[in-house]
Amino acid sequence: MSCLQTIADYGLRSIGIGERLLPKADITLCQQFTLIGSGLIWNVYFALCALILGFGLSISLALARNSASPWLRKPADWFIFVFRGSPLFIQFFLFYEAFTLLPKNGLELNLGFTTLTAETRWLTRAGAGALIVLFLNTSAYAGEIFHGALRSVPKGDLEAADAYGFSGFKKFRRITFPTMLRLGWPAYTNEAIFLTHATTLVYFSSFPAWQQKGDALYYANYFADKTFNPFISYPILAFYFILLSLAIIFLYGRVYRHLNRHLPQARKPRLRPRPQLMR
Amino acid sequence: MFDFCADPKSLEGFQWLACYLTTGKHMLFYQSFVFVIVLMLITAPIALAVGFAGALASRSHIPPVRWLGVGYTSIVRGVPDIAFFLFMPLALDQGLEWVRHKVKCPDWTDAIRQGNDFVVCAEAKLPLSSSPQWVHEYYSIALGIAAFAFVFGAFAAFVMAGAMNAVPRAQMETAEAYGMTRRQATWRILVPQMWTYALPGLSNLWMILIKATPLLFLLGIEDVVFWARELGGRKTQAFDYPHPDWRLWYFLALLVFYLLLTKLSEIGFARLSRRLARGQATLAGMEGAKA
Repeated sequence: MSCLQTIADYGLRSIGIGERLLPKADITLCQQFTLIGSGLIWNVYFALCALILGFGLSISLALARNSASPWLRKPADWFIFVFRGSPLFIQFFLFYEAFTLLPKNGLELNLGFTTLTAETRWLTRAGAGALIVLFLNTSAYAGEIFHGALRSVPKGDLEAADAYGFSGFKKFRRITFPTMLRLGWPAYTNEAIFLTHATTLVYFSSFPAWQQKGDALYYANYFADKTFNPFISYPILAFYFILLSLAIIFLYGRVYRHLNRHLPQARKPRLRPRPQLMR
Repeated sequence: MFDFCADPKSLEGFQWLACYLTTGKHMLFYQSFVFVIVLMLITAPIALAVGFAGALASRSHIPPVRWLGVGYTSIVRGVPDIAFFLFMPLALDQGLEWVRHKVKCPDWTDAIRQGNDFVVCAEAKLPLSSSPQWVHEYYSIALGIAAFAFVFGAFAAFVMAGAMNAVPRAQMETAEAYGMTRRQATWRILVPQMWTYALPGLSNLWMILIKATPLLFLLGIEDVVFWARELGGRKTQAFDYPHPDWRLWYFLALLVFYLLLTKLSEIGFARLSRRLARGQATLAGMEGAKA
């Protein structure tokens, strides 16, 4: 069987397209590369959706933590404390058990004039349930990062904004927010990389890989079990993830350049993600 | 545990709960919490030592040593840690058995990898198949610790290399002016001063180590996650203490345990950082001198 045939069979196996049975005997290098790469679709899906959704919530959390009203500040403090202080692995288990306890035939929502039946089955599937956990988790970490950045917005910038007559939402949108983003961006890049790495946990916690549709680590582990040789499948996984990390650094670097476009050329800081604030 | 626990089916309310929470299996569950903490306390110094060696290696003047140090830290940072936790125990086990096989059975002619099998002679097996059960258990725990030390060593190396670079250049120049050799300057000037710069990163690393411990479950070790799943699952009337699916509550207990652990560590590190800042030429050090 040629390698192209293998790619056609297994290239989209992780989302259920192509050959149903996974290779069992005489596993070739091409099969390992193809299937682990196919599993990477899930990692990218989880990371991308969680980061996009989490960006909004993390900014809200950062602002809420900075708010004067304890009704906003306290919940945000607790949210960040719980999600940053406990292991993601435990959070996956906890949420999975909570989702399975929801009634099987859906929740009845009484809206007064009509009753809605909310389906809850899909929450126990990894594609939705695990995404919710990852979204909440990354929001907490990024919220902490942006809160720190918000606190270190230079006072002079804000005073200058006042002097120019900026106030309220306009001041936030034109001055505070861009500066906060710029200051927090290197740490946020780091968070994005670590979140991408954390997506490999999904299929090793409670969430089942339905019909053997799993992520990259799921297939790497499958091959290591089948061939009893960890020295091939795991380095392939490492190769893919290093590429993914480099892609993230490149993309976030482009954004960072855009955020710093007003600075003189020589003073432009280069993006160097430092794991000082790791997850 | 208590006298009234003799017949669990007749108990109710508080007595039932008291008996339920003190069964033999629950005692094992509580022990696994202690086990997690002991494991972290063993892993942390090893990882710190590995990290220190890695940081020194990545500053070395001998290129191959430097490449080794830099390569080690960047590869571990670029790959998910879970992959290493799954990879390392298996790889270490096979590596050790391979070396022992080469040493102990030099006239063995068959290939070690036969298709999907990894075959070494009986004397090279690790642990020996004749050894008692506890040796097997401790061996798998030791492999887990090695995997943790490898991953966290790389992170620690990165943090400490950064801290070494953060020590003011003037300090090293002064050491050279006094005629110290490179080795002397490293050990007498650089190493004592780097800790205050390394502490924020290392305390962060300790938090990550705490949060990585439940992954031991994936290595087949009977840790807190294992017992939470075991005890929380639905128990039918065939058991002494039947109850519905309580895994949610057990995992909630684990969550609280980890929150406490991270909170206490945070407080501890804040104290340590104040202590280490004393006498340093930094803002924190000056504030410490005033107080």
